[in-house]
Amino acid sequence: MFGRDEKVSAIRLTVAQYIILAIFLILAYGLWRLQVMQSDLYSSLAEKNRIRNVPILAPRGKIFDREGRIIVDNYPSFSALLLRDSSHDLNADADLIAEGLHLDPNEVRARIRRFASMPQYQPIFLKEDITPDELAFIDAHRNELPELDTIMAHRRLYPRNGFMAHVIGYVGEVTEDMLNQPQFELYSPGDVVGISGVERQYNTMLMGKNGARQEVVNSHGRTVGLLGETDAVPGKQLKLTLDIDLQIAAEEALDGKNGAVVAMDPRTGEILAMVSRPAFDPQSFSVRVSRDQWNKLVSDENHPLLNKAIQAQLAPGSTFKIIMATAGLQEGIAQDLHVNCTGGGTFYGRYFKCWIAARHQTHGAVDIVKGIYQSCDVFFYTLGEKLGIDRIAKWATALGMGQKTGIDLPQEVNGVMPSEEWKIKKFKQKWFAGETISVSIGQGAIAATPIQMARAFGAIASGGRLVRPHVTNPTDLPPGVIQASNVPDEVTIPIDPRNWEIITDAMAQVVSPVGTAAASAIKGIDMAGKTGSAQTVSNMLKSKMSASEKSKYKDNGWFVGVEPRRNPEIVVCALFEEGEHGSEAAHVAAKVIQAYVEKQRRLPTKMAKNNGKAEIGAVWTAPDTDGEEQRLQAGHFFVDMPKESIAALVAAPGIR
Amino acid sequence: MSRYVSFRDFDWLLLVFVLLICALGITEIRSATMHTKFAGAHIKQMYWVAAGVGMMFVMSLVNYQVLLDRIHWFYIASLVSLMAVLIFGQKYLGARRWIKMPGANHFQPSEWVKLILILSVAKYFADLRHQELSWPDFVKAGAMVGVPMLMVLAQPDLGTALTYVPIAVMGVFLGGMQWKQGLLIVLLATLGIGAVFFIPRVHVLKSYQKQRLTSFIDPTLDPQGSGYQVEQSKIAVGSGGLWGGKGSQTHGAFLPVPQTDFIFAAFSEEHGFVGALGVLLLYFIVLMRLTQNAQTAPDRAGTFVVMGVVAVLSFHILVNVGMVVGFMPVTGIPLPLMSYGGSSVLFMFLALGMVMNVRMRRFVN
Repeated sequence: MFGRDEKVSAIRLTVAQYIILAIFLILAYGLWRLQVMQSDLYSSLAEKNRIRNVPILAPRGKIFDREGRIIVDNYPSFSALLLRDSSHDLNADADLIAEGLHLDPNEVRARIRRFASMPQYQPIFLKEDITPDELAFIDAHRNELPELDTIMAHRRLYPRNGFMAHVIGYVGEVTEDMLNQPQFELYSPGDVVGISGVERQYNTMLMGKNGARQEVVNSHGRTVGLLGETDAVPGKQLKLTLDIDLQIAAEEALDGKNGAVVAMDPRTGEILAMVSRPAFDPQSFSVRVSRDQWNKLVSDENHPLLNKAIQAQLAPGSTFKIIMATAGLQEGIAQDLHVNCTGGGTFYGRYFKCWIAARHQTHGAVDIVKGIYQSCDVFFYTLGEKLGIDRIAKWATALGMGQKTGIDLPQEVNGVMPSEEWKIKKFKQKWFAGETISVSIGQGAIAATPIQMARAFGAIASGGRLVRPHVTNPTDLPPGVIQASNVPDEVTIPIDPRNWEIITDAMAQVVSPVGTAAASAIKGIDMAGKTGSAQTVSNMLKSKMSASEKSKYKDNGWFVGVEPRRNPEIVVCALFEEGEHGSEAAHVAAKVIQAYVEKQRRLPTKMAKNNGKAEIGAVWTAPDTDGEEQRLQAGHFFVDMPKESIAALVAAPGIR
Repeated sequence: MSRYVSFRDFDWLLLVFVLLICALGITEIRSATMHTKFAGAHIKQMYWVAAGVGMMFVMSLVNYQVLLDRIHWFYIASLVSLMAVLIFGQKYLGARRWIKMPGANHFQPSEWVKLILILSVAKYFADLRHQELSWPDFVKAGAMVGVPMLMVLAQPDLGTALTYVPIAVMGVFLGGMQWKQGLLIVLLATLGIGAVFFIPRVHVLKSYQKQRLTSFIDPTLDPQGSGYQVEQSKIAVGSGGLWGGKGSQTHGAFLPVPQTDFIFAAFSEEHGFVGALGVLLLYFIVLMRLTQNAQTAPDRAGTFVVMGVVAVLSFHILVNVGMVVGFMPVTGIPLPLMSYGGSSVLFMFLALGMVMNVRMRRFVN
């Protein structure tokens, strides 16, 4: 044992005491810093911890047809949410969660990572539209997986089998790419937005505003109280100009074919029907689409996601001859042009065939009328040679070729209307006069969309009134929502009434026994139109191909028709891809026109709304302009009429 | 040698302060575990404290000098028990720390090893007669603590292993540490912390330990892990303000384990800066009273024993309260006397029993 003199250094013991004092002062400072200096900050953080914002999802606005019939509805569906303010290790639970919800665990982890920057109290949407057994899984694991929760949301219910799919479009979760764009800056990840069609075009009005419920929760996410609630503002409903009845007719007419149908009222620009085939099922997009499914849709060579009515840029073929005829007549050349068709002709040193040559026939003497109803290529080659590309381009551009029609649907394409200036700009090359010959029959560099053709035909048949097509009426839209477009709603291109009559009468003969679409004539309906068969590859290339290759590049069939022939109520453009001949497309268009006319005849008249002015469509025979021949005439008129007589008018057959 | 030992020399004042701290701990355990599955833990804690006080009295009666004479056997036994844990121990949450004892109680040897180490270090330095600590003695003292420390680290239990460090440091410091040796300790500590902070791929540390340490540097890196715990603890303490708040962090269960490691955070939230400072003051009084006892110890060994307890207690307070206020990483070290848990309570009272033991023999000649 050691004595007292061997005691431990007193100084060192004192130093130890001071070190302890220093430690306590540091700890006391730590408390002071948190509890006195930053007390407010941490109090507010404690409040945030305690309060959870649960979104109340706003239902999207429903979509109706022109008669108020529902097209797109909502249905209640449950979504699985991941609450991140529970103290559970989300990454560790990811496997169990993924198994129960039938998800890929890596995808679950990726989502947790992606949302890491978002505030903690905001839950992550894990899976939408969960099945009843997935809902049961969440209910059964309330204790093991307290971070899992469900929320009821209104989900889109689209028509089946892709009906009207391209016009409606579809909704989806806002993508990261979209969030980077200025027009989506107000959205946050997880928001459901319109991706295509009117769902995208009118997304802001359809979307509504989510509400929120402030719940008092504990760390396990269990709700222990309610602080406040802001109601969701439902999206506004959208009324389209499309007519379900006509849409059904158009869908059925194009069934089993690839292509597009557009039906428009050329008086207003209202789109009555719009079909693109093949279609996709928007329902599969209303919930998150799987990668495989998406890749399949994108890589499909028939482009099911493309709305061909406004996005297919193809050679319009012989349908372009109506625009040629307009240019030729207005420029004063076509009236007196008489051509002898011998199955082809030489222009600028090259021999161009007429389509009739394939049948080992000729058209013989051809004037503008026969040129149209027999679609004589030689006539239009000659006309094109005489007009020159710039005069053709002038009229075609005036009629809307090579530019967007301004329809209120997203991603419309321009098409191409070549001219000398265009070629220099685009290819830095001079225009070859020979190219004009191909363009004259709607081949070569020219490319048009079905909506452009419908609009141009509507304008020509209406005497020059070119309207902007639209799928919604501005009057049906709530204030503040405008159809932003730099295309004017209506332009009048002066077309001489005599030229107008020549063209429209010739178009009516297309569906007469002498025309190229004779088989599409419908008794009692004054349909007029023009066929087109557009090559998808040049003749030169085709001649080098084997028979099997040739069959792969069949011609596209076009038909653009109006009813009645002058001042029409409806114009229909049918594109039948690989339809070989325009007469096939004519059948498609004729079915739509027939459906339209038959429906109009069944309907009670709409006359009453025009303040006693009745709108009458009529067909009659009258002497031709030269006063010699009796010809079928058609048109429609506004007549002042006392209200009592309206009922009698409705009863008259053939008149609406 | 005649010895006069009487409970009149028992440090009743120290016991009053210690029991005051325990009482505050028990009320906080009650408040924090209310409406949870741990409800009623405060009753169990009362039993632990009562048992601890009893053991403290027993401990105070066993002459520490007798214990010190046989300390090498205890030291060997402690190494064997640590080895047994590594081989037969119960695995729980990825660590082998407990030996299952008959009677369904789990025994954690690393706690009582702490006590043996205090005595071993005391014995070792008391026997050295030099004014200055020689380098071989410095290394030997380091190895004496270092070996069991590495064994605990292998369990792995970083927190408990760290609590062995202050025992050695205190012994070396009071045993006549040269300034170069002090520098070496500082250097080693810096290297150790630096390695942990700046070489994330140190394989010595388990991933949860690395996570605990890295998340301390930036809690937002791992919001759901230990960074989350530090953040919630700071929110709890801060929202307490000057006079204490409603305790939503504690009662909403945002604060992790509010009855054990984070009991000081729970207390600070409910009783504010004033209450928390009061508790710190109580601890400070206890520590000052202990050092006073060390100064009046009958011999060198007694001083080393008491100062060893001071070192462990101070270190626990520094690391635990430091963690609660966000100065220290989450290491899983409880706050002695307040945190719920039998091992911790029993260790503290046994250590205090040893202090009493030393004090009661201060007038022995």
